[in-house]
Amino acid sequence: MNFKIEKRAEASELMRWLSPFIAIGATLVITTLFFLALNKSPLEVFYNFFIAPVQDLYGVSELAVKVAPLMLIAAGLLICYKANIWNIGAEGQFIFGGLIGGWAGLQFLDVNSPWVLVPVMLAGVVAGAAWAGIAAFLKTVFNTNEILTTIMLNYVALNLLNFAVHGPLRDPAGFNFPESAMFNSSAAMPIIWQDTRMHLGIIIAVIACIGVWFILSRMHLGFRIRVRGADEHAARFAGFNAKAITWFCLLISGALAGLAGVIEVTGPIGQLTPSISPGYGYAAIIVAFLGRLHPIGIIFSATLMGLLYLGGELVQMFLGLPMALTSLFQGLLLLFILAGDLLITHRFVPKWKKPKADEVPNALAEGAK
Amino acid sequence: MDMELITNILFAMVRTATPLLLVALGELICEKSGVLNLGQEGMMLMGAVLGFIVTTLTGNVYVGVLVGVFGGMMMALLFGFSVQILNTNQVATGLALTIFGTGLSAFLGYSFVGQSIDGFHSINIPVLSSIPIIGKMLFTHDLLVYLSFALFGGIYWFVYKSRAGLKLKAVGENPHAAKALGLPVIQIRFMAIAFGGAMAGLAGVYLSLAYTPLWVENMTAGKGWIGLALVVFATWRPERILIGAWLFGLASILHLVIQGLGFEISPSLLAMLPYLVTIVVLVMLSRDPIKQKLFTPASLGKPFRAGD
Amino acid sequence: MRDTEPRLSLWNITKKYPGCIANKNVTLDVQPGEIHALLGENGAGKSTLMKIIYGVTHADSGSIIWEGHEVDIKLPTDARKLGIGMVFQHFSLFETLSVAENIALAMSDEEPLGITELSTKIIEVSTKYGMPLEPDRLVHTLSVGERQRLEIVRCLIQDVKLLILDEPTSVLTPQEVDKLFDVLRTLSAEGCSILFISHKLNEVKALCHKASVLRQGEMVGDTDVDTASVDTLASMMVGEQTKLEQEYEKVLGSETALSITKLNYFTSDPFGVNLKNISLEIRKGEILGIAGVAGNGQEELFSILSGEIQIQQKQALTINQQDIGALNPAQRREFGMSYVPPERNGRGAVEDFSLEENALLTNNIGNKFGKLNLKGIKQFANDIITTFNVKCHNSKTAASNLSGGNLQKFIIGREILQEPTVLIAAHPTWGVDFGSSKAIQESIIELRNNGAAVVVISEDLDELFQISDRMCALFHGRISPVKPATDVSIEEVGRWMAGVFDEQEAAA
Repeated sequence: MNFKIEKRAEASELMRWLSPFIAIGATLVITTLFFLALNKSPLEVFYNFFIAPVQDLYGVSELAVKVAPLMLIAAGLLICYKANIWNIGAEGQFIFGGLIGGWAGLQFLDVNSPWVLVPVMLAGVVAGAAWAGIAAFLKTVFNTNEILTTIMLNYVALNLLNFAVHGPLRDPAGFNFPESAMFNSSAAMPIIWQDTRMHLGIIIAVIACIGVWFILSRMHLGFRIRVRGADEHAARFAGFNAKAITWFCLLISGALAGLAGVIEVTGPIGQLTPSISPGYGYAAIIVAFLGRLHPIGIIFSATLMGLLYLGGELVQMFLGLPMALTSLFQGLLLLFILAGDLLITHRFVPKWKKPKADEVPNALAEGAK
Repeated sequence: MDMELITNILFAMVRTATPLLLVALGELICEKSGVLNLGQEGMMLMGAVLGFIVTTLTGNVYVGVLVGVFGGMMMALLFGFSVQILNTNQVATGLALTIFGTGLSAFLGYSFVGQSIDGFHSINIPVLSSIPIIGKMLFTHDLLVYLSFALFGGIYWFVYKSRAGLKLKAVGENPHAAKALGLPVIQIRFMAIAFGGAMAGLAGVYLSLAYTPLWVENMTAGKGWIGLALVVFATWRPERILIGAWLFGLASILHLVIQGLGFEISPSLLAMLPYLVTIVVLVMLSRDPIKQKLFTPASLGKPFRAGD
Repeated sequence: MRDTEPRLSLWNITKKYPGCIANKNVTLDVQPGEIHALLGENGAGKSTLMKIIYGVTHADSGSIIWEGHEVDIKLPTDARKLGIGMVFQHFSLFETLSVAENIALAMSDEEPLGITELSTKIIEVSTKYGMPLEPDRLVHTLSVGERQRLEIVRCLIQDVKLLILDEPTSVLTPQEVDKLFDVLRTLSAEGCSILFISHKLNEVKALCHKASVLRQGEMVGDTDVDTASVDTLASMMVGEQTKLEQEYEKVLGSETALSITKLNYFTSDPFGVNLKNISLEIRKGEILGIAGVAGNGQEELFSILSGEIQIQQKQALTINQQDIGALNPAQRREFGMSYVPPERNGRGAVEDFSLEENALLTNNIGNKFGKLNLKGIKQFANDIITTFNVKCHNSKTAASNLSGGNLQKFIIGREILQEPTVLIAAHPTWGVDFGSSKAIQESIIELRNNGAAVVVISEDLDELFQISDRMCALFHGRISPVKPATDVSIEEVGRWMAGVFDEQEAAA
């Protein structure tokens, strides 16, 4: 290396803005090399990933369908991450919200009233919050690390869902498929664009982001959350109640993930199946980081991530490449985003040469030999 | 329960525990150096898929093992470069590694799904394998299981008896003091991270070449995370990792036991058991903050830069 | 120059960090057997220079000549091979390892680990110099004084020719300091050179042969200690500023503001200290100084007073007859309490946050319904900056961009501007340059004169004698008798710090 990494005297504002784009650029470069090695035209792959999905208005509406859950979940995760609470369990909270919301939906199969929406959505929200609440309880009472508990709860939720669709919630008229009955459309989020699947969820997600922004930057509660995340000792010194903050953050993010789950199950999917989440809970972690842990940034990063999902499906269909390409993209992107943060606080400078021997007096230089 | 059932359960327990033991021992060394790598799942999957692909292509399981281990190590070095040189957050980078490894392994293994190979076979160790119960439990396995026993012995010696192990502990305890004494903190951590990756790779290889000789997307199913929990459970002591791995192995095969006893329970519910057990164990352990503080490597998860 | 060859010569050492020059063309000679003081204010570049000699960091330019040969010290291992040993200010020890293991880590790799043989050698060496150590003890069970012994023995066990000690007396009682000096004199007589880093002139005068003075990274001169007066050394150290010890008027307060009654606290921290039967009256209009060697319960006492640790015995802490033991720091601030914690960054302030946000940390300025009053926050931050002369770009500057002294002024300012009736400050001028430390002391005195009750917990006896009106000391979680500062000698406080006091008297 001819450069060394040096700390900047002050963080660079320019890099704060540029670094996500640098990360995206680096991801594209690496994946280009990857496709070349596989004898696939990178241009064709990228076209199918990023342009083809949104060429028509229907594509745009489908994008909104994918973006809504990602944005909702990421908004909640953001609050946790700001407080330095590592909720990795959005996947489980999403699934559990979907499962319980779905169960509620199944109770109203024959009711055609717009009011059905309320109990169904509420069931999802409460379930998601409760699932995250388990981790909050264990953390505040037993001091148990939330990373591991939330991860484990993901697997538990997934197995519960499996159990439910294979057993108690299986559609009796469904030829023994592990699926529930189809929901009544009144249990789903209202469609806001006729003849598409685009629903109110996207609007709720944007509102959630703005709400999170308001809490974090305009309210004392948000300040307390940020202090706890930046520095636990300072938060204790200031007298902020760490346990209350932990509960708040986990409940909010669980509630939002649960809401995303029930919206997804009763709306776009329409029934409970063993695979109600294509990894939204994990992808939302990347959305939160790609959005630089800023609520408005999340609106953009969720859109990009939604595009990756949509594109992944197209690439699978037209180019015969596996859906796994999406998570490959996601993983690389997250790695580069994290690495890119270095540019904000550090810079590369040419290595200074060491002083040459002739600067040392001759007598001393001789003595050294 | 009859003798044979018990023997079979113990045998299956050791087999199931092997990947957990390997990945947890690797993470133990990594965490002893003060680095928390949450990328186990990703590294294991890369080890599993590379081992499988190479074995399919070359027909040689040993080459497969080597490449799989190497793959896990490369993934770990990617993590090490990121957290140590680029100073990224360890938790987030570990997660990124898991997501990346999941994607990359699925992508690489796409066309290998459903293929079958000739994996590792059991080798009965003469004399020892004929001891009642213990013989079948410990001495009728494949080569990788025996390797895991050897690695356990080596790591036990390394942690408790060697100067290098002492240095590793020193770096994890207080990297600043270690640096002031002249220990190459970054290098030692790189080696620990790489070792952790190699072990995760081996754990993955065991899954795809020995445990169930085939490749399935996401076939680790959270074993890497359980390995992480095991390290906490073991309070960073190798001998407890062995016991813990066996306990978790037992929890994972409980459906065998329950079926053996003639009960009917949904397999989905039983599949939850290892995860629930993990949570319960974590709760029991984390209740005592004093012990936690005494046993956790003091610098775990905290960044250390060369210039500090 | 003497006619002997210097053991160590530094020639034109320069070390730059982004935004500051730690050492600029520093030149220094240390003779065999010489006890050489390196004097300088906080931030003058003493520690950086020592780390360069010991190979912990590297100079950008310049050379190190060891016994006549230019050497390239890349790592502390290289330094140790030459015979250079270092005792760090913040010890480089490993809490959960044993004494012997800590020493083994500094031994060369070629030797086998042999903890048993090493233990015998440790006992031998440590007894020889009168610094007994038990090889099997775990470091976290050692007192601060014992830890220092361990650091010194770790150097001595490897035939050291130059021993560097960075502010070694700051963690010792006056009596322990005398013992340490005896050891150093013995070593010097055996021919070992000693580099003694300090900013305490009296100690330098008592111990050292020669003194070199660093100011803002530059060597301003060296002198024979015998011929130089303390005043000369002082003016070399701080330059134009006259460092005459500021004298403050001593007063005694009357009414009790905060009282601690029979406080007992059992820590859950394995590295912590239990507090035993502590009773203190903190009176309005006076400063109570609490002395003590680090690790004798200061952290626990501070946290209990601030509310970071809440206690079961609610009535053990009362302010104006109201029990506050179970309240958290924010609730206690409602009672007019205010605190300056021992750590600036990472407790008193959040490094990455702006000064405005840091101003909000302990002062919930006019926020309504949980919504932040952004204008009021900015106003308050700017008030602190102007009143306390905090040097910074503006109120949006991150705390991490302020020097230690300026950040400390900001924190003190934040607390004092809230007009507390009780202020608890932990070593308020620690690591702060002379100018800021004077400003901080004056503001504390002014707060006292306005009728507030002040507690200063510090390890720096000089400072405590300077500003306290009454004094006591903490030892192993117990409190000594309290006496007016004018009635107590430095030796008596030293004895208290070593635990020599009558508990009956203390409890009374």
